[in-house]
Amino acid sequence: MDISTEIKRADLLEMYYYLRLTRTLEDRITALYRQGRIVGGVYTSNGMEAISVGYASALERDDVIAPFHRDMGAFLIRGITPGEVVAQYLGKRTGPTKGKDCNVHIGDLKRGVIGFVSHLADNLPVATGVALAFRLRGESRVVVTNTGDGGTSRGDFHEAMNFAAVRKLPVVFFCNNNQYAYSTPLNLQMAIHDVMDRSKAYGMPGEIVDGNDVAAVHLAAKRAIQRARTGEGPTFIECKTMRMHGHSEHDSAKYVPRELLEEWKKKDPILKAERLLKGLGYADEAAFREVGERAAKEVEEGVAFAERSPLPEGREALDGVFASEEESAP
Amino acid sequence: MTTATATPSTGREVTYLEAISQALDEEMARDERVFLMGEDIGPYGGAFRITEGFQKKYGEWRVLDTPLAESGFVGAAIGAALMGMRPVVEMQFADFISCAFDQITEVAAKNHYRWGAPVPMVIRAPFGGGVHGGPFHSECPEGWFFHSPGLKLVAPSTPYDAKGLLKAAIRDPNPVIYFEHKFLYRRAKGVLPAEDYIVPIGKAEVKRVGADISVVTYAAMVHLALDAAELLAREGIELEVVDLRTLIPLDTETIFESVRKTGKAIMLHEDNKTGGIGAELAALLAEECFDCLDGPIIRVAAPDTPVPYSTPLEEFFLPKVNDIVAAARKLAAY
Repeated sequence: MDISTEIKRADLLEMYYYLRLTRTLEDRITALYRQGRIVGGVYTSNGMEAISVGYASALERDDVIAPFHRDMGAFLIRGITPGEVVAQYLGKRTGPTKGKDCNVHIGDLKRGVIGFVSHLADNLPVATGVALAFRLRGESRVVVTNTGDGGTSRGDFHEAMNFAAVRKLPVVFFCNNNQYAYSTPLNLQMAIHDVMDRSKAYGMPGEIVDGNDVAAVHLAAKRAIQRARTGEGPTFIECKTMRMHGHSEHDSAKYVPRELLEEWKKKDPILKAERLLKGLGYADEAAFREVGERAAKEVEEGVAFAERSPLPEGREALDGVFASEEESAP
Repeated sequence: MTTATATPSTGREVTYLEAISQALDEEMARDERVFLMGEDIGPYGGAFRITEGFQKKYGEWRVLDTPLAESGFVGAAIGAALMGMRPVVEMQFADFISCAFDQITEVAAKNHYRWGAPVPMVIRAPFGGGVHGGPFHSECPEGWFFHSPGLKLVAPSTPYDAKGLLKAAIRDPNPVIYFEHKFLYRRAKGVLPAEDYIVPIGKAEVKRVGADISVVTYAAMVHLALDAAELLAREGIELEVVDLRTLIPLDTETIFESVRKTGKAIMLHEDNKTGGIGAELAALLAEECFDCLDGPIIRVAAPDTPVPYSTPLEEFFLPKVNDIVAAARKLAAY
């Protein structure tokens, strides 16, 4: 397949930029954590950035995402800023949840982001409801959701897949198969080799893509989003990848064989994207350096913004349990 | 069980069940964002026939039959609510709400607190015993949700309240669990106003005024308390029956006002005794009305067992008029 006819040069370069921004931001957050500046856990998408960058770059402005915790690239593409992300990690009032929730539990309806909850796969039924609202109103909008290999063991995964398929809802289900759910390897999670096989039980088309190849993920997402938008129903896309860090930064992941990590290091999504861009003649080393510098600058500005932001007052813990009438006028 | 809280303007009596049906119908006609989801609610009209004829009137998508997957369809209702729709979900029986516990308590309840997006949805939960349903068709699961900040809980006792509270729940910007008592479906009757009205969420109502003892209760137990009040009046003991109507947010003002007047309080509910709403109310009264109490706060509630099936077992399990009478006599002696 000739990528140059499938994806525009500017779009590929933009994806590359978001891969770098995601990596730089999460590396910086990891550094803040190691300095003891982040009080809670840190969950990164290191080595898996191509998945969320690939799918989020395939969406239109009015579409919606219901992401999970390995989807930083999608948050950034939807317009959540590095400053907001760091503010959230630092528990600042300027974070999207004003200090109420942690790490990537970020939601914002204006930017089409459904907030993630820690219970994996809980956001899948919610995504089907987003799609149902689009269907009820006759809108041609689409929602993309994502969970991990472990998340596909939850009943909510199956209930959502089934309902979406029965009603042909405009939703795309991604699965980030990074081979480990915390410390549990895939073979103890399921008795099948490919997560994609799960989609067959629901009469839903499934596809397997190289999760470290941003162009491949993007094109698979485009096809599935097109199907959803034209009323053909949901698609399941398994992205094969590898979790290169622990489940969270406190986890040394000693249970992952080192040679497996060495092997996957060679398949790093950023290196892969650079090889592609060079091969197509779209960019060279100097261009990559420039993108890296731009990403670093944005991240540092974000960290500075977050650091100078105020913490909430303790009593703000009581705010917002209920929505007021004005928030949802009839 | 005939009650008429409001001024009647149509002659015909309707049942509690019809009142629920009317509320759904009128809200769907009023607001096209309102739609229904649940098991067997379409052509079949729901296990209790509350949505009979609805699909013909509003179409397949606004009266949506779902697969048998409570967590899945409650999650879907949350997603639709986030997108500005007003879903009303029917649990076939309140007992099955346990399957959706996670979506309700973790996703719906916490959403606005976490990231500020309202979740305007209603979950209708047909609950309660006295219908020979056994351990899985008779439960009173409100206690589980009473402890989950972010949810509103309502439990009407009359057709008037049933209609008005359901309308208020549908118009509320928060997730509301609407506990409708199965025993009352065809037994509670009343004449309803012809015009549109709501019963505001968060407002209790004194269903019978009395000077001696306050009985704080809700749903089917309100009728038991009223029956007990009739009997006790003959002995010169006057019960004041406070119908909570809303369990969250509690109308503490009305509860405290009543107990400050009578100085004696019975907490009556059909849910199991331990950790029930009566326990919380007793604690509240001990904190806020201690100086006014002339006797112990007494709970009349179901024992701490599942709801049994066999008639003598279920009759033993459910609170009875005599239990209230006995508790009132004990309190009257103080």
